[in-house]
Amino acid sequence: MAEKIKAAIIGPGNIGTDLLMKALRSELIEPVWMVGVDPDSPGLSRAKEMGLKVTADGVDGMLATMKADGVQICFDATSAYVHAENSRKVNEQGALMIDLTPAAIGPYCVPPVNLKDALAAGSTNVNMVTCGGQATIPMVAAVSRVQSVSYGEIVATVSSKSVGPGTRKNIDEFTRTTAGAVEKVGGARKGKAIIVINPAEPPLIMRDTIHCLTDETPDQDAIRKSVDDMVAEVQKYVPGYRLKNGPVFDGNRVSMFMEVEGLGDFLPKYAGNLDIMTAAGLRTAEMFAEEILAGRFTLPTIASV
Amino acid sequence: MDLRGKKVVLHDMCLRDGMHAKQHQISLEQMMSIAKGLDEAGMPLIEVTHGDGLGGSSVNYGFPAHSDEEYLKAVVGVVKNAKISALLLPGIGTVDHLKMAADLGVTTIRVATHCTEADVSEQHIGMAAQMGLDTVGFLMMTHMIEAEQIVEQAKLMESYGANCIYCTDSAGYLLPDQVKERIALLRRELKPETELGFHAHHNLSLGVMNSLVAVEAGANRIDGSVAGLGAGAGNTPLEVLVAVMDRMEVNHGIDLYKIMDVAEDLVTPIMDNPIRIDRDSLTLGYAGVYSSFLLFAKRAAAKYGVSSRDILVELGRRRTVGGQEDMIEDLALDMAKARGLI
Repeated sequence: MAEKIKAAIIGPGNIGTDLLMKALRSELIEPVWMVGVDPDSPGLSRAKEMGLKVTADGVDGMLATMKADGVQICFDATSAYVHAENSRKVNEQGALMIDLTPAAIGPYCVPPVNLKDALAAGSTNVNMVTCGGQATIPMVAAVSRVQSVSYGEIVATVSSKSVGPGTRKNIDEFTRTTAGAVEKVGGARKGKAIIVINPAEPPLIMRDTIHCLTDETPDQDAIRKSVDDMVAEVQKYVPGYRLKNGPVFDGNRVSMFMEVEGLGDFLPKYAGNLDIMTAAGLRTAEMFAEEILAGRFTLPTIASV
Repeated sequence: MDLRGKKVVLHDMCLRDGMHAKQHQISLEQMMSIAKGLDEAGMPLIEVTHGDGLGGSSVNYGFPAHSDEEYLKAVVGVVKNAKISALLLPGIGTVDHLKMAADLGVTTIRVATHCTEADVSEQHIGMAAQMGLDTVGFLMMTHMIEAEQIVEQAKLMESYGANCIYCTDSAGYLLPDQVKERIALLRRELKPETELGFHAHHNLSLGVMNSLVAVEAGANRIDGSVAGLGAGAGNTPLEVLVAVMDRMEVNHGIDLYKIMDVAEDLVTPIMDNPIRIDRDSLTLGYAGVYSSFLLFAKRAAAKYGVSSRDILVELGRRRTVGGQEDMIEDLALDMAKARGLI
């Protein structure tokens, strides 16, 4: 069996469990630890059954042995409130942190757009933005790599059942973080993000609309090709990422209408918004793993000072 | 129906819901003259915001002629007695917008969510209440769920700090008995000091009737719009409601002739199209569709050669909610493709 990079997942909830199921299929990542805080958590029991080491004492419960266990990459699927502490602790043990919370203390990462930059920068913490960001920013970037985009706007519509209490308590964080990443990663000079929650039954599949306003008249052929190429890139890790309609050209407006269906590993298929987060997180880890295995990326050895 | 002596606070929507009908293009001068007229007629509350609330300026909902800041500054400066309110939809606007509005002199913040999603309003209602604002929880599309579920959601908003709860008929779909059931149950279940409001759309011509029923069932705040200027077939036409309430001896505090003049001389002349129950706005009320979808459906229909009524009926069938304006072009494209038009 080819060599794999060992990883820990912090947070045994829906996202952490879905990530675990995806990671178990990975050819580059081997999940070895699941970290929780509640000994009765069903997510911890499931991880244990799947052969992972588990702790209910938070990151502290893993720290003593994580180096000896060879953990080089950690995923944080907990909450923004505890993320900074988790990240500091695992970085000190020489592991890279992939942040699936909205904490965003490290640079934003949308794999097909800027993962290479994150690798090149030697970041020890990368943030996966938001579900809406993962689903839409590749499309903004697909337009902005053809010609300059003065304004990028995304509308993410998600099923009520797929929006957890953390997002609901701080929905402003979603709109702010996503809008910021539409600018920083998507390449729009000004970004705007809107989220709509729909309670219909059966739950609707995540849908996203992306509007870009270009400075000059859109180069329709070049944008069509760029969008198709980008969709293919995202489909490598989210097969259910589909361009439903568009690009529609209307003056300087370029609009794309997307649908994101999940793989249905642990989360239901309609929750493409959650699936694209776990898939993007794993994709990021795999790219780092490839670099580590090839000796091109050395994990930082931050001494505890 | 005996409403004698009941005290009702009327809340004008023509400078917010009316923005939908004007594609968000009301000028500052128009806003100021209408607000001044409303103030002089005794209107206690006037809402001024982008049609989709603070931060609504977007490709998705339409870019306004002026920013929320510019409109609010202009209107706050010309009214003497009326209080100015602003609408905020979490997911579109943020707490930053709320603070901006309060800084400009807005004293009522209405935080609107789909009727089943009240828990996304916690941070905004909490902040508005903490700032000492008149804080309203505004539950939209309440025709889509039962009265008991509305109460559950209303209680969440009440627990976050809302001092008033609105039952909103965003699609203009509710029949009088449905309004009565919803308002009466809310009145029974919410704290006695929590105020209760009703917001109608006139798509089935029931705006005035449903508002009266709401008052009878315990609502004390009623939204309407002078000359009806609002999304769909408009809101409850306030000058009509005032005339009816006058005859029913409701205590509303508005000068009837003055508000009639505002409707006739200031609001009607700025309409792009007559506010009336045409085939499409009737479809909104009949199929239970968010009223501000109207003009988007008409435009998409014209662009892709499909029927706007078919688009609206399908949007209703798919149980779309407020804010999903982006679905309309997407759906029109699907329909045009299916019919071999593109």
